[in-house]
Amino acid sequence: MRNPSETIIFDNVSKFYGEILGVNRVSLEIPSGITSLVGPNGAGKTTLMNLMTGLLRPTRGKLTVLGIPTDRPELLFRKLGYCSQFDSFPRGLTGREFINSFLMVSGFTRRQAGDLTVKALERVELLPAADRKIGAYSKGMRQRVRLAQSIAHQPSVLILDEPLNGLDPMVRAETIALFKQFAADGLHLIISSHILHEVDMMSDRVVLLNNGYVVAEGAIHGVRDEMDVEHPAQILIRCDQPSVLASRIFQHSDIVEARVHDDRQGLFVKTRSPDQFYLSLNEVVAQGQITVESIAPVDDDLSAVYEYLIGAQ
Amino acid sequence: MSANAETVQSRIEIKDASFSLWLRQVGAILRLELKKNFFSRRSVLVYLLALMPIGLLTLVEIINPPGRTSQQFLSIYSIFYNAMILRTVVFFGCAWIFMNLFRGEIVDRSLHYYFLSAVRREVLVAGKYISGLLTSIVLFTTVTVVCMLLVFFSHYYAESSRLFLDGPGMNHLFWYLTITVLACIGYGAFFLVVGLFFRNPIIPALVLYGWEWINFLLPPLLKKISVIHYLNSLVPVPLSEGPFAVVAEPTPAWISIPGLIIVTALVLFAAGTRIRRMEVRYGSD
Repeated sequence: MRNPSETIIFDNVSKFYGEILGVNRVSLEIPSGITSLVGPNGAGKTTLMNLMTGLLRPTRGKLTVLGIPTDRPELLFRKLGYCSQFDSFPRGLTGREFINSFLMVSGFTRRQAGDLTVKALERVELLPAADRKIGAYSKGMRQRVRLAQSIAHQPSVLILDEPLNGLDPMVRAETIALFKQFAADGLHLIISSHILHEVDMMSDRVVLLNNGYVVAEGAIHGVRDEMDVEHPAQILIRCDQPSVLASRIFQHSDIVEARVHDDRQGLFVKTRSPDQFYLSLNEVVAQGQITVESIAPVDDDLSAVYEYLIGAQ
Repeated sequence: MSANAETVQSRIEIKDASFSLWLRQVGAILRLELKKNFFSRRSVLVYLLALMPIGLLTLVEIINPPGRTSQQFLSIYSIFYNAMILRTVVFFGCAWIFMNLFRGEIVDRSLHYYFLSAVRREVLVAGKYISGLLTSIVLFTTVTVVCMLLVFFSHYYAESSRLFLDGPGMNHLFWYLTITVLACIGYGAFFLVVGLFFRNPIIPALVLYGWEWINFLLPPLLKKISVIHYLNSLVPVPLSEGPFAVVAEPTPAWISIPGLIIVTALVLFAAGTRIRRMEVRYGSD
């Protein structure tokens, strides 16, 4: 078990909305780095985030963020920032007033709040529009001002609910780079997203949720490896003699299926032991009869994991 | 986005967790809330309410110039103050101002920004309550003074001047202002709690309104479970409550004023307890 003051710990946490299940029996330890919450609508991602930020209270179980109970906002939000999905703002405020005001509510002096506001707005490239009313912002700008507000007090834990929504491709790429920078600086980033390839690209670990339960958690490849028995790994080998290769490698005991590609320039292999398979393949290739162009896992990504664990249900 | 900018360096810490920090936080909440209370679209209704007795009195003065003595003016104002200002304008004005402190934010889906700030929720209650109090006191004491000036000074200026400079006029004004302030304190706390506890705060507000109106019919013990009983005890010109009224001794000021303040403190304590457990679930609100 990690040091509680360095991790986010869910200890058998459940949340029910009356009789409706939000999340059930969640036990997690989230270390620093980027952790993505993935799952279909209603899986419990936002509930989990709202529990972490104290906007919701667990029906059962215990939850601490860096050792702080979530019902102590005066301590919690010195270390935590939350960019929620609620696309609403206090009326009549400019971007600068919005961030500055809530920094001052948190106890920063006027001068500190002013400095932090400028830094946060600079970071999301919203400084030129800082003195415009938020009501006149575009959706992407509103998303960025929320992001700025969540990072303005320089938190150690950043929780972001669908932070890439409404952002154009250029800004998306920049935002992902920013998140990676935060993670490199030792922050905890917990991100929910529907866009799996982006999650795949930026996450150190994932938590897959479905119907309020944690279906799987860990590094994406680790999660995939654990599924090898039920869902053998698929590998595409581009080569000049796929039939010959198939006959050679099929002697390998962990091969479940070998199929020649439609263009007859490659071989699909399903194996329960990819590491062992790669060793065997090396031996075959070393004999020099077959020329291999490329070897690529076909389903060693988050999309496949998601499909196997959640898509099938 | 400036991904290269350093994230953790120059992190500014809030060092003190003391009374001065709370004061600073209350100040920040006040700045946000007072702006909303005085200048938002929601405040238009309170302004209209506050203008209602002033408009009504102006109209009465225009169409029906009175030919009464200053003593009669004192009685007329007492009735007008009780029925129009205290029971209508202050009551409904406080209801609107204080219920919206939290309920309005839930409707606007902006309460979470406060809940996501590093501030004790009790401090948030205090900040919001004080903002409501300042707003209501500024508006309703102004109404009290303007209405009194309209009643007395629109006719017989010299006689009214004497009443205020040499007679009981200033003393009466002081007590009406005290009652208005106490009403804002008492009703304010009640409506703030109602806004926190009830999804539809109109119903408990109307229940209290009815209870306050039938107060004159209630037995002496029940009379004391109301705000209006203590406020009426302070009125400088005693009011006749009609032939069906159950007469009860007015509570002396040295009991009614601190009593009202203590009850208000208890109600606010309940609000503080409630808000610590409060969740933000806009969907279900």
